[in-house]
Amino acid sequence: MGSDSHARLMSAAYLSARTSSFSELLTAAAPELLPGAPGLTVPTGVVADLPHGTTIVAAAFNGGVVMAGDRRATSGNMISQRDIEKVFRSDEYSCVGIAGVAGIGVDMVRLFQVELEHYEKLEGRALSLEGKANRLAGIVRANLGGAMQGLVFVPIFAGYDTDEGVGRIFSYDVAGGRYEEQRFYSIGSGSVFARGALKKLYSDGMEASEAVLACMQALYDAADDDSATGGPDMTRRIYPIVATVTADGYRRLTEEEAGAAAQSVVDERMSQPDGPPSALRREPRAIE
Amino acid sequence: MTMPFYVSPEQAMKDKADYARKGIARGRSGVVIQYDAGILFVAPNPSRALHKISEIYDRIAFAAVGRYNEYEILRKAGVRYADMTGYQYDRQDVTARGLANWYAQTLGTIFTDSPKPFEVEIVVAEVAEAPAEDQIYRITFDGSVNDEHGYVAMGGQAEAIATVLKEHYADNMTLSGALAAAIAGLAAQANGDRMEITAAQLEVAVLDRSRDHRTFRRLTGARLESLLAEAAPAKNEASKGRKAAADAESGDSTDSPKPEKAD
Repeated sequence: MGSDSHARLMSAAYLSARTSSFSELLTAAAPELLPGAPGLTVPTGVVADLPHGTTIVAAAFNGGVVMAGDRRATSGNMISQRDIEKVFRSDEYSCVGIAGVAGIGVDMVRLFQVELEHYEKLEGRALSLEGKANRLAGIVRANLGGAMQGLVFVPIFAGYDTDEGVGRIFSYDVAGGRYEEQRFYSIGSGSVFARGALKKLYSDGMEASEAVLACMQALYDAADDDSATGGPDMTRRIYPIVATVTADGYRRLTEEEAGAAAQSVVDERMSQPDGPPSALRREPRAIE
Repeated sequence: MTMPFYVSPEQAMKDKADYARKGIARGRSGVVIQYDAGILFVAPNPSRALHKISEIYDRIAFAAVGRYNEYEILRKAGVRYADMTGYQYDRQDVTARGLANWYAQTLGTIFTDSPKPFEVEIVVAEVAEAPAEDQIYRITFDGSVNDEHGYVAMGGQAEAIATVLKEHYADNMTLSGALAAAIAGLAAQANGDRMEITAAQLEVAVLDRSRDHRTFRRLTGARLESLLAEAAPAKNEASKGRKAAADAESGDSTDSPKPEKAD
């Protein structure tokens, strides 16, 4: 009987809801399905044992944006998963990556994906890139209670702005603060090292293939110095997930493509373990 | 104070049904038809913004005739039902059968409980891996469901159109062949006068079997123009082509459907 009356309530909500937002529909009709289990108290000590996702990098290039993430999830000092996926397609023209408590993050991404598609189907047109970035901020803010208890996750959002014709990157804080980043950005435990690497490797107007390689180098540097970030696993053939978003839409690099990029980075590091050196002065050629 | 007259339940239901049928008959009819690579939806609709055909989920689409505001309520509710089910369980757990049942219950409840029934007739279709597993459901204003195969017409002129469709339909038609059949069917509602149909007056969409993820695509502009041009000569030889297709396929039609999935 209970489930019957629940089904009737849901049906009424489908017919009478006035919103095009899926998360608002969930809040009104089935709040128990919202990620993050609001109202639950998480005992201290439990959080550290939950799998955490680590480093994601993103960089804009000529006509689009690339996002790449390593494959490691850690529970404290243990590796809990070697091949976790932390970069997702959010819709045709955007992608999202997550760092922090993986369980919450993956569910939030699922909600965000449905949110974008739901709006598109109900309204007959996709949200603007700014609109998508703002919706994600709302979803992150909804987890503030969880974050206060240690269930912290933050996303990074990147997409192709079909109006401007450029790739754009947005970062978030746990309170739902939304910040647009210029050129490149990184989140997660290894982000400090990845961002340092990208700072030296990135140049404006890069081509897609160069930006992919720069992100691969940055992830290698993050894995080199941060124990929670996984490097390319050549023996098991587990490579970072790399996705590009351009005017042609979202495209995830195939295993072969990502493997080839990872292999070239590893090969180079056999002779130069610290990666390609950056020029000390602006025009090194003139000095030679 | 006036005493309300007694109206027998039979009379009340009949009045409601007549009312709904009259409302539906005022609008143009629509057609849903299977072809080799998917399911085709065709409806006369001069508006580019107010759709009669819409995407519901990855492999499910919705077509309706009747009152716009009422079927728009049903369309949105269907999207909410599908997205909620897919979010709660998994994307592959959203099925046309489940959605059709939900629509049937909802329309049935509205028909009996509310003073005014919905003046709508809808079709829910799901494209599968193979044509034999495609599902097409027609749901009428009182919540009755029909499980259809091959083609279905909806609206006030549905019977006349279905008669024409039956003549023109063959299994595994091409897209342009199916469009020609649909147009021939829709032309039958114009009381014998040959109705000239142009791209601007048609709303056309497909569920494309070969696509991953979201299979729904609208056919508009140049793509629709060229398909209509292809369909025009096909229309003249439609009956001939149908016979040829039937002959060609009769050889392998017995073993072509994939084995049924064990439920």
